[in-house]
Amino acid sequence: MVAFNKYYNHFNLLSSVLIVVSLLLLIFKGLNFGIDFKGGTLIELRASDSKINVSSLRDRFNQMDLGDVSVKKFGNDTDFLVKFENKDNKKNIIEEIKVNLDKSFGNNYDFRRVENVGPKVSAELLKSGVIAISLSLALMLIYIWIRFEWQFSLGAILALFHDVIVTLGVFSLFSLEINLSIIAAVLTIVGYSMNDTVVIFDRVRENLRKYSDIKIFELTNISINETLSRTIITSATTLLALLAIYFFGGEILKGFSLAMILGVVFGTYSSIYIANTVLVRLRVSQKTVLREEEDKK
Amino acid sequence: MLYFSKLRILFITLFSVLFILIASSNLFKFDDNFFDKKINLGLDLQGGSYLLLEIDNEPVIEQKLQNLTTTIRNYFKEKNIKINNIKLENQNIFFTVRDNDKQSVLDVFQDENSDLNPYYPRFKSHQLEIEDTGINFKVNFSRQGLIKLKTSSQDQAIEIVRRRVDEVGTNEPNILKRGNNRILVELPGLDDPMRIKSLLGKTANLTFRFVTNDENDRFGVEKLKFENGLEEAIVSKRIIISGENLLDAQPKMDTQANQTIVSFTLDRVGAKRFGKATSTGIGKQLAIVLDGKIISAPVVRDTIASGSGQISGGFTFQTATDLALLLRSGALPAPLEIIEERTVGPDLGQDSINAGMIALAIGFMLVIIFMFLKYKIFGLITNVTLIVNLFILLGVLTLFEATLTLPGIAGIILTVGMAVDANVLIFERIKEELKDETNNILAFDGGYTKSRTAILDANITTLLAAIILFFMGSGPVKGFAVTLGVGIFTTLFSVYFIARLFTSIYVSRNKDKEKLI
Repeated sequence: MVAFNKYYNHFNLLSSVLIVVSLLLLIFKGLNFGIDFKGGTLIELRASDSKINVSSLRDRFNQMDLGDVSVKKFGNDTDFLVKFENKDNKKNIIEEIKVNLDKSFGNNYDFRRVENVGPKVSAELLKSGVIAISLSLALMLIYIWIRFEWQFSLGAILALFHDVIVTLGVFSLFSLEINLSIIAAVLTIVGYSMNDTVVIFDRVRENLRKYSDIKIFELTNISINETLSRTIITSATTLLALLAIYFFGGEILKGFSLAMILGVVFGTYSSIYIANTVLVRLRVSQKTVLREEEDKK
Repeated sequence: MLYFSKLRILFITLFSVLFILIASSNLFKFDDNFFDKKINLGLDLQGGSYLLLEIDNEPVIEQKLQNLTTTIRNYFKEKNIKINNIKLENQNIFFTVRDNDKQSVLDVFQDENSDLNPYYPRFKSHQLEIEDTGINFKVNFSRQGLIKLKTSSQDQAIEIVRRRVDEVGTNEPNILKRGNNRILVELPGLDDPMRIKSLLGKTANLTFRFVTNDENDRFGVEKLKFENGLEEAIVSKRIIISGENLLDAQPKMDTQANQTIVSFTLDRVGAKRFGKATSTGIGKQLAIVLDGKIISAPVVRDTIASGSGQISGGFTFQTATDLALLLRSGALPAPLEIIEERTVGPDLGQDSINAGMIALAIGFMLVIIFMFLKYKIFGLITNVTLIVNLFILLGVLTLFEATLTLPGIAGIILTVGMAVDANVLIFERIKEELKDETNNILAFDGGYTKSRTAILDANITTLLAAIILFFMGSGPVKGFAVTLGVGIFTTLFSVYFIARLFTSIYVSRNKDKEKLI
């Protein structure tokens, strides 16, 4: 049996630090919002001429008076991602750019993807993203409240907040782009983390009913160990699937799968080291479970 | 938990085979119409354009209020109430009346059956609101009035948008209302939306008006620019004919002048007015104005009574075709603005499909190998179940003709990764049961029973997340929610029926074997 409970305090401290650092990053550094949430224009461009590279593209685009332009390689050497604010939401901007690029590069490039999000739409998308995440957290809270005692709900929700905040913290730290698919990833993380926590909690509650003489400190450790191989196997298969998406699913899914990979790792960790320690700190005992059940009757 | 009746086995087999057949119908082209359902590919996979248009209702509101000032004045004139100082400011109409008329004005506006201020009987709210500010009356649209105005201009606009898109002839466009002032246009297979964008960006408000030098024209005048942006002309506000009078418009080649023109035919009213105007206005310049710009201003040489005519303006064949198209499909009630555009080229779509399929294949293989190494014979059972699960998932998506997007493929891969969870929970539980239970059948039975609540809890939480995503997400992300959500149901089915069936067959044949799992 692995003595997870030996490190409860250490990891609680670590998690607190992680959360504080993530929050500080989120407040002071902020998130790198993509055009979905900030508005602007994105062009994915494929070149068939080696003359076209990041610096020549940057030169060209900077001459066009588009405001802040970012040009990056996208996946392989011939693909580029160009992003700019398009502040005035100019109507025929794409056509103008094409005309301009034709002058320098002729026909040796191709727009593979064009996205243009106006300021109104991006503000709405951001709002609905925030609502979606809040709503999912609220729904999870309600669900677990119905299924378990309040101490368990608190543990699960703290674990969820931890996962969401730390994942976003990593995105802030490395300035990774937040777009619509990241919101989808965060929501899935919420579901996964909850899933993982619930499986362990289920076992904790079962054991609480079974053993009246084992303290919660020991009991959580027993429960974690009993469900450990399941935790490992499920995380492993999920991670295998996600790694396949990350490495082979193309550039567009990179951010999405990365967020999910982080989420699965943090989710697995938090089920063990946050959700359970809340039960320990709240001194949950057999009485907690039995009393609640009597109330429900 | 391990017993299966013959009937049930038959049902499970038939059900699985049915869905495998449905799913594989995506791979083959059936010529008959027996089963023609297929999974739709999202715009991000098949390539195409997504445009979100917003109707700018401000000019419409302004125009309606402008008309209303005249209506109010005339309405009360009949009732011998004089309206003074009427003016339009910031979408409010202000006017004053004599003190002893005040109450009768308010009565007219607040009467439930008022013909000046309608809607009350239907909506329990008037079209207009009136407020006595002390100095004057303030009249503006009520909430209900604005909603009605917006939905009616949306209804008109979507019709015009549909006509214009249809005229260009893209395959299977999808045109939908969004809210009460937006229109969503999805154009599959279109990788250069430039033409459609420029067609949708034009209001196509066509008027024929005389060029005038008389500043004191009874209808007022305005200075308008020519299309080329260089010249200007002063044009009367009196409209001779407008786009509404057009029956047809076609691009033509004028062989005499060797230029492309747009020829048009007028309806009866238009023809009459056009004839009258051209007979009295010989020698004058008639400006053809489109969306506030003069296309051309030819001199009237003859009376045109035939009700047909032509517009020239240095068109290329393409611009003439587009202008004719715009005139045929009619004017938008209000300007449209493209507030969101997402276009994916067909080759990127194909690349995404390929990448998605490769990722799915690799993810699937990895999970299968892992499960086999970990659980041997039961890993094999899980893997067979996983494959059937995948087919059922694809079958359900086919049956509902769901839209598959790139994140949707990611959702399928993720389902593969998470689908084993339920089986793992069961198998691990069985292992525990076997520690103090020597009877294999009882241990397996216990494993299935005792793991049930955890499995349900785990899947419900993921389902909740998927449901929220489905309602809050848009486009590609919605596709992810669909595959993730449907995947949960197919997974539960495969685990509790297919995998359990295989397990029960294996266990009952090896009931006395030790270390079964």
